[in-house]
Amino acid sequence: MGMAGSLTHDVIKGPPPPPIDRGWGGGGGNDGRGADRRASFTGLFVLLAASTMVFAALTSAFVVRRGLSDDWASMHKPVLLWVNTGVLLASSLVLDLSRRALKAGDRSKFNLWWSAGTALGILFLIGQAIVWRQLKDAGVFISSNPSSSFFYVLTASHAFHLLGGVTALVYVDVQALRLRLGPAKRTAIDVTAIFWHFLDGIWVYLMVLFYVWG
Amino acid sequence: MSAPVAHAHHAPQGFIRRYVFSLDHKVIGIQYWCLGLFSVFLGMSLSLLMRFHMVNPSVPVKWFATLWPQAAAGGVMTPELYLSLMTMHGTIMVFFVLTTVPQSGFGNYFLPIQIGAEDMAFPFLNMASFWTTFIALVVMVAAFFVQGGAPLSGWTAYPPLSGAGRITGPGEGMGQNLWICSIAIFCFASLMGAINFIATTVDLRCKGMTLMRMPLTCWTWLVTAILGLLGFAVLLAAGVLLLLDRTAGTSFFIPSGLLISDQIITSHKGGSPLLWQHLFWFFGHPEVYIAILPGMGVTSHLLSTFSRKPIFGYKAMVYAILSIGFLGFLVWGHHMFMSGMNPYSAMAFSLLTMCIGVPSAIKTFNWIGTLWGGKIQFTTAMLFALGFVSLFVTGGVSGIFLGQPALDLYFHDTYFVVGHFHMIMGVAAIFGMFAGTFYWFPKATGKLLNEFLGKLHFYLTFIGVYAIFTPMHFLGLVGNPRRYADFTNVEFLGKLIPVHQFMSYAAYFTAGVQVIFLINLFWSIKKGKPSGANPWNSTSLEWSIPSPPPFDNFAGVHPVVNHGPYEFSVPGVARDFIMQTDPPSVASDRSSH
Repeated sequence: MGMAGSLTHDVIKGPPPPPIDRGWGGGGGNDGRGADRRASFTGLFVLLAASTMVFAALTSAFVVRRGLSDDWASMHKPVLLWVNTGVLLASSLVLDLSRRALKAGDRSKFNLWWSAGTALGILFLIGQAIVWRQLKDAGVFISSNPSSSFFYVLTASHAFHLLGGVTALVYVDVQALRLRLGPAKRTAIDVTAIFWHFLDGIWVYLMVLFYVWG
Repeated sequence: MSAPVAHAHHAPQGFIRRYVFSLDHKVIGIQYWCLGLFSVFLGMSLSLLMRFHMVNPSVPVKWFATLWPQAAAGGVMTPELYLSLMTMHGTIMVFFVLTTVPQSGFGNYFLPIQIGAEDMAFPFLNMASFWTTFIALVVMVAAFFVQGGAPLSGWTAYPPLSGAGRITGPGEGMGQNLWICSIAIFCFASLMGAINFIATTVDLRCKGMTLMRMPLTCWTWLVTAILGLLGFAVLLAAGVLLLLDRTAGTSFFIPSGLLISDQIITSHKGGSPLLWQHLFWFFGHPEVYIAILPGMGVTSHLLSTFSRKPIFGYKAMVYAILSIGFLGFLVWGHHMFMSGMNPYSAMAFSLLTMCIGVPSAIKTFNWIGTLWGGKIQFTTAMLFALGFVSLFVTGGVSGIFLGQPALDLYFHDTYFVVGHFHMIMGVAAIFGMFAGTFYWFPKATGKLLNEFLGKLHFYLTFIGVYAIFTPMHFLGLVGNPRRYADFTNVEFLGKLIPVHQFMSYAAYFTAGVQVIFLINLFWSIKKGKPSGANPWNSTSLEWSIPSPPPFDNFAGVHPVVNHGPYEFSVPGVARDFIMQTDPPSVASDRSSH
């Protein structure tokens, strides 16, 4: 809960809080970074809403397709999925440690943790590729059964989102290592981290879906 | 890149950065508008070919054979070619005209200015959004040129026809794949646009521009963006599943035991075509409001301006827009009354559909209330806005018939439906676009469109569209099915051919008079009367700056808003309008009188 608390805190307050002198009431003037940061968060949450809709649509298709027909057979799921889940959760945890280090002013620790989080994110993607490989070797293809069809579609949709996330992680990392992490980049850090946590949550949700109904 | 950074420098020099890959919301708005203009003429040409074929099903035309050596061998269209024209007409009109111009075209140009911002929140994303839309259009048009031609399954792409592959028809090979890819690309573009519209409206309003001081156009653009955001995400997911059914051997939508072209399909089993219908219409119904809401915004704005009266019931209008947006997501089932759905579900969908009549009626009554007792100025822009109200009511009333499951049983898949949705979604939205074009053209170019040509164009178009689409309702009552390429061999339909002939002539006529608009457009760009900053004596922010606006809209000045958007004919004030940026003292003068 502590982590979620800090996340919320960062979203609202920002580390350190840049001046936000206008907003819903239209009270301020159109002048610079405060607006920029707010708009970035709004844009991010709009994006998250759209991604949620994609997974909601696929879930409803999943439930309907499973309920409508008698050809659904639960598919074999590689154990590696659990390892990948651990890796992804760890990446989120490490990213938040990294943000705390930055808040505490410890740049080198931030760089270290952020690089570690990025590496874990890439590791998760590699792990997912290996899961696909294992399924292929076990003869479970996308067309084998509706359960495997949905497994491939959902994991691919998630991985597609993660590719975007990893790109952002790497971008921040490169900026950090090149010592280009001015206050303006804080927004990029927060936006990336929140997006990543969101994908983490989606993955946990997908695991529940696969193991309970898949 | 964010707005302050992008516009912190001088306007970019060089043709490519200024007019092609521009980050300026105004240029991007015009790009969208031009893309829509191209698309609307393309879509209209397809409909003319269809109207010609329906009344001359066996008359050979030489150049048909040149264009389609296989599908129109000997110059006579095959039914499959007719279906592909219908599919592409619907798709191009819905996605690349109705979705693109009112929202992305006008919205891009005028949303930032009307709320006092220098640009959209994410200019780079904005540019990416336009060029992604452009690629989607290229991919869509490419479907004409691949083997087998364009797909046959309509803009709704119902499986199994759209999912079982080449065996279901000539256009169902590569053509249908390209269709799905194009729509998927369009979904991404639309998502990028929605992010920009929402973030801009929420975060970039200038000082004093509270939500309840936004012009109604901005409200409709905001709600439309939310609808697009939620709807297109679902369409994207559905499109991916459909593409996999076609290319990866999955069975999301394709059931077992299908018999197509005398062959039993064994490669699929267990899928549900109804699943597609649910996913598609969950997007498809909000899409109707995506097309019409911005038109409603423009109409509200113009009726108030040209009646020289405040909009009647501003808050009620805002809540009506919001409730139309919300209810729009709860009524998708009314497209599926005939799908064998549970009658109780149908009743629920029907009741919810009737509910949308309430905010729609609120809007209509408020429009009439705005006009009532006003000093109405019948400019061309105003005429098109009035035309919008007329078409919206006509098309809306037939919607109440179709929303009843018992009546829909009869009307479903007849010309009644075609008449209904062309009135309300097609022509009404197009009238909204013409209204916006005549109203805002002076702002974008500094020149007025010619009023004589404009009025001539309006009256002929208004008569033309009613002549095309009114008879369709009667054809539907008689039982004339839609999507048929040829009625001549069906006895009871054969007698209706004269009505179809009338509609075809009306269609040629209406298409012909659009040339007047094109002439007006190009002539006025070159030789139109200079408009000045505020030719209509309007109140909103775009009229407080020069025409055309400077690169960063307000030339470095941060506008401050002191008034609501529709303060017309305020008693005791010298002019009959108060601009939003006028000092507060104008209003206090009023109170002292």
